[in-house]
Amino acid sequence: MSNVTVPADESGQAWDIEAQASLSHTALARLLRRPSFLVAAFIVVLMIVIAAVPQAFAGWFGHGDPRACDLVNSAIGPSSGHPFGFDKQGCDVYANVIYGTRDSISIGLLASMFGLVMAVVLGSVSGYYLGVVDAIVSRLSDVFFGFPFLLGALVLLTAFRAHNVWTVSLAIALFTWPTLTRLMRASMLTAKEHDYVLAARSLGASDWRLIRRHLLPNAIAPVIVISALGVGAVIAAEATLTFLGVGLQQPAISWGLQLSDAQSDFQVYPHLLIFPALFLSLTVLAFIVLGDALEDVLDPRRNDD
Amino acid sequence: MTIDQTPLLAVRDLRVDFTVRRCVLNAVRGVSFTLTRGETLAVLGESGSGKSVTAQAVMGLLDPRRAAVSGAVEFAGIDLLRTHRAERRRYQGRRIAMIFQDALAALNPVVSVGSQIAEVLRVHDGASKSAARTRAIELMDRVRISAAASRYDSYPHQLSGGMRQRIMIAMALALQPDILIADEPTTALDVTVQAQIMQLLMQLRDDTGMALLFITHDLAVSAEVADRIAVMYSGRIVESGSAAEVYANPRHPYTAGLLNSVPRVAARGRRLTPIAGSPPSLTALPSGCTFHPRCPIARDICRTDDPPVLTTSPGHTSACHFAEEVHREPVG
Amino acid sequence: MGRYLLGRIGQLALVFIGVTLLIYLAVFVLPGDPIRNLAGHQQLPPDTIAAIRQHYHLDESFWQQYGRYILGVLHGDFGTDFYGESVWDLMKAGWPVTLRLASMAWVFEIVLGVGFGVVSALRRGKLSDHTLLLLSVSVISIPAFVAAFAVQLLLGVKAGIFPIAGNEDGWPMSYILPALVLAAFGAASVSRLTRSTMIRSLQADYIRTAVAKGLPRRRIVVRHALRNSLIPVLTFVAIDLGYLLGGTVVVEGVFNLPGVGQLLFTSIRQQQGSVVVGVATALVMIFLLLNLIVDVLYGLLDPRIRVV
Repeated sequence: MSNVTVPADESGQAWDIEAQASLSHTALARLLRRPSFLVAAFIVVLMIVIAAVPQAFAGWFGHGDPRACDLVNSAIGPSSGHPFGFDKQGCDVYANVIYGTRDSISIGLLASMFGLVMAVVLGSVSGYYLGVVDAIVSRLSDVFFGFPFLLGALVLLTAFRAHNVWTVSLAIALFTWPTLTRLMRASMLTAKEHDYVLAARSLGASDWRLIRRHLLPNAIAPVIVISALGVGAVIAAEATLTFLGVGLQQPAISWGLQLSDAQSDFQVYPHLLIFPALFLSLTVLAFIVLGDALEDVLDPRRNDD
Repeated sequence: MTIDQTPLLAVRDLRVDFTVRRCVLNAVRGVSFTLTRGETLAVLGESGSGKSVTAQAVMGLLDPRRAAVSGAVEFAGIDLLRTHRAERRRYQGRRIAMIFQDALAALNPVVSVGSQIAEVLRVHDGASKSAARTRAIELMDRVRISAAASRYDSYPHQLSGGMRQRIMIAMALALQPDILIADEPTTALDVTVQAQIMQLLMQLRDDTGMALLFITHDLAVSAEVADRIAVMYSGRIVESGSAAEVYANPRHPYTAGLLNSVPRVAARGRRLTPIAGSPPSLTALPSGCTFHPRCPIARDICRTDDPPVLTTSPGHTSACHFAEEVHREPVG
Repeated sequence: MGRYLLGRIGQLALVFIGVTLLIYLAVFVLPGDPIRNLAGHQQLPPDTIAAIRQHYHLDESFWQQYGRYILGVLHGDFGTDFYGESVWDLMKAGWPVTLRLASMAWVFEIVLGVGFGVVSALRRGKLSDHTLLLLSVSVISIPAFVAAFAVQLLLGVKAGIFPIAGNEDGWPMSYILPALVLAAFGAASVSRLTRSTMIRSLQADYIRTAVAKGLPRRRIVVRHALRNSLIPVLTFVAIDLGYLLGGTVVVEGVFNLPGVGQLLFTSIRQQQGSVVVGVATALVMIFLLLNLIVDVLYGLLDPRIRVV
């Protein structure tokens, strides 16, 4: 799309030289110019790769088996061949931290995806049809909003029998969907007002076609951005829930569990705390910076430059 | 009414450049004018002509991070552009006041309109809360807001457009300024309300003897209110003179074009004659005289040389190489 | 204003029913024996199971059970633990501690958050702004329990300034570190939000009018820009109350403060499912009430809402 020149706004406060038509192209270019985005994206991709094939990374130091534990090595600090040291059971911390990436990232992505799907379906239906459907969905999300996130997930997980990646993701998703749904609904309402929608409808387009081809692609962008921002929060949430004891449980390998184990002894053996904490914080940070950059670039009212 | 001859406000070679994403935009390119006590000067121009930016530069409202302002703005001999912000505050609101186009946006939405007027009195005059309130209600009365006392506690969104504009005027007049700058005060209003506000402004001007710098794009309004007119086009004043002179004998093709394009009842049945083309974007200003692409009498020199400001008759200037050739089409 | 209030209370009632229903459904209706679910890995003797069955009227119909449950909640009966002690009694001792912790954290959050946010907005683009932004992103990324450990390690053990855990030093010393950790996430978010709303406010037309009126800078920033910026911030602070409440679980647990949050913390560890549900329910009720109060304040602050 060519640059559209607009007669200057007199006050000079709100120039907009670039057209917003082809947002994705210029947005990508702007993203690539930000060093913070590049670093964050690198870390995120790295973590996802580690999560996918932990075996490839675990073997770099030591034997690479998180479950090969020998009590002889209990709580030994960083040493040659084992840069992160050993935990109380004598398991290699490095291998455990690497393997811990898998469940944490999985839950992060899974829960976000569940939430996104629920939000897109409920939000678009709610925003498009309004009326009774909207009322029901709104009341429902009000109810879920009534729970502080941690407490709600706590209650749910206390009641669940199984505590695996799927149930934890579901529990988390059940408390992230209200925000996303509201956003989707608002987005949908705005998109509905556009003239091309009226045009399509007057040409006889069915509801489904309208939603699928015209409304969804435009309305979904901000929701995806917020979802991406949320992955970091979800990972942090899972770690917290696991730490409390209602998330993943033994024998799963998770940063939350490692930190929980470290609680009583980290003052004497800080390495038990530092390495899982570092990985956890870094991953969350990377996702948040990523989401931030996306939001900054896609928001037409950017004023944080 | 006799007009004091010493200029109250003298703007000399004012230039404003905006830097937006690495492009430099020359919004105001060397504007000079004077304003004497009690005089009304209308700055007439379309969107993009730089008239509002000029007004804001005079008032000191431009963000120094985005706008580079050069030249001189002398009020009673003091160059406001060279004074420190703290110093300049003594003039803003007190000796020079400004009202804006969109009164709803220009008023703080969460503070009552009365206290927004009273604020000026409390900050500049150190008035007490109750004294300021009384005075504010008086001012609201003066701008013909009915039931002023009860309206004091209203919020901007609760008032009509006309009333909001009156509030702005009251706010501006609170300290009896020497100059009032009005930036398109009636553009956003309905026609009937426009007339009321214009009448109010003119009456207040006559009562107080203050100078009025009136920014507008409306030919009829400028004819009504102005002693002198300055016509702006893409950042420069292309013609200036007394209102009567400029309307009767325009000396710049742009002014002539504007006057000719106004539909007239007497000319019913004749085709409308707009000015060809559209105002240039500030990112791509034409060379030489920026009006040349749209000018009916453009010659080669117009493409290459920026015309100097010529005095065609006492008090009447024009920035056109061929000012004497310009004429206004006869009526009927 | 009255109509607004009535509307909000009505909504509260609806949400209350929804929330209790949800909790009830989750706990009692999910597949599997509810008692065994709540007991987790504990093995309860058959007498205890029978007693609990009777206490919770588990042999009655669903609606009867739910009805009892709601009535119970409205009377402050949040159930009992597996030894018969009332959850309410267990919580009573902990409220003062949690209240002190939460209020201190709340004050920290607002003061630090708004303060840093305003500074950041006014010094936009300069080094201090970038530093603060970096700091706030980092703080947001570190989960509360990790921050708690780190702070214990650095400030408690190594530097020895603050007590690492427990309530021995009383108010305020024992509470400062936990309150800071609890407030950290919220303060960082508030500062970012304040910064962006301030920047937006400062670009508004009414700020231009204020400058044209010749008002001093401080007055413009505080009375005009900040006043408008605080509205979205207040909304956020309301939502954040939930985080604060939930966060007390972690913070009191790690810092060993004997509050309601710690009760929750230990009952999870001890697999006392009914206590977990009871305490969580109580906290949710409080959250709903606090939301109502904030909604009322919101109406007072923004006159435009009142007319709606």
